[in-house]
Amino acid sequence: MVLSAADKTNVKGVFAKIGGHAEDYGAETLERMFAAYPQTKTYFPHFDLGKGSAQVKGHGKKVAAALVEAANHIDDIAGALSKLSDLHAQKLRVDPVNFKLLGQCFLVVVACHNPALLTPEVHASLDKFLCAVGNVLTAKYR
Amino acid sequence: MVHWSAEEKQLISSVWGKVNVEECGAEALARLLIVYPWTQRFFSNFGNLSSPTAIIGNPRVRAHGKKVLTSFGEAVKNLDNIKGTFSKLSELHCDKLHVDPENFRLLGDILVIVLASHFGRDFPPACQFAWQKLVGVVAHALARKYH
Repeated sequence: MVLSAADKTNVKGVFAKIGGHAEDYGAETLERMFAAYPQTKTYFPHFDLGKGSAQVKGHGKKVAAALVEAANHIDDIAGALSKLSDLHAQKLRVDPVNFKLLGQCFLVVVACHNPALLTPEVHASLDKFLCAVGNVLTAKYR
Repeated sequence: MVHWSAEEKQLISSVWGKVNVEECGAEALARLLIVYPWTQRFFSNFGNLSSPTAIIGNPRVRAHGKKVLTSFGEAVKNLDNIKGTFSKLSELHCDKLHVDPENFRLLGDILVIVLASHFGRDFPPACQFAWQKLVGVVAHALARKYH
């Protein structure tokens, strides 16, 4: 799977439009993921996962920042997320299946708040981008 | 048998009551073919699928999308017997259509995104949970008779 020039333009466009809301989107993505896929909560036994949790907000901000970083270095996502990739492989070891769940929820958040932005073409590009990010983060697992 | 709480049933039917089946069905199928282009393999006789614009405007895609979502509506009406409701369709998808069940999961996820884009704030996390559960149950029911 390769990101075309059009995909890269579409993805950069999404993050430019989201702009300062990225942190909120990150938090809502996590909130939706924990609600829609309760098994994902098993990775956060140390968190308060209640509504409005400061920890979820804080973590959502981190997740969003990583996606923004990847979009800003879209020609070398592996390079941009290399440290995060190490972290996931050595310490976090989140099962690869969960990245797809996170991606689904991020798409839902974008769809909810920016339906006009998520045209089918942009949807396709963003889905590919999120897959690419998940692949990078799990690349060193074995 | 799948257990549905009263809240889940209410969330599902309240959303479904506002869905334009023809529009949402067409959009969901078109997005499936655009976002996951390999799914076009099942529709080689649908004519022009050469670009997103062609797919969105393709009357056969629209008609088939409406057909698929209308059928999905049977699940909403029969939440307590989704398995039975889709038993024959499951056999059809296996024996005649030869569709990999993974495609049901892909379409289900796309449907949730389409609903989110239409309902925005009226599609909160609890609603997404109920609908992700429903599309998962439907996908499972459609795969059940595979052999």
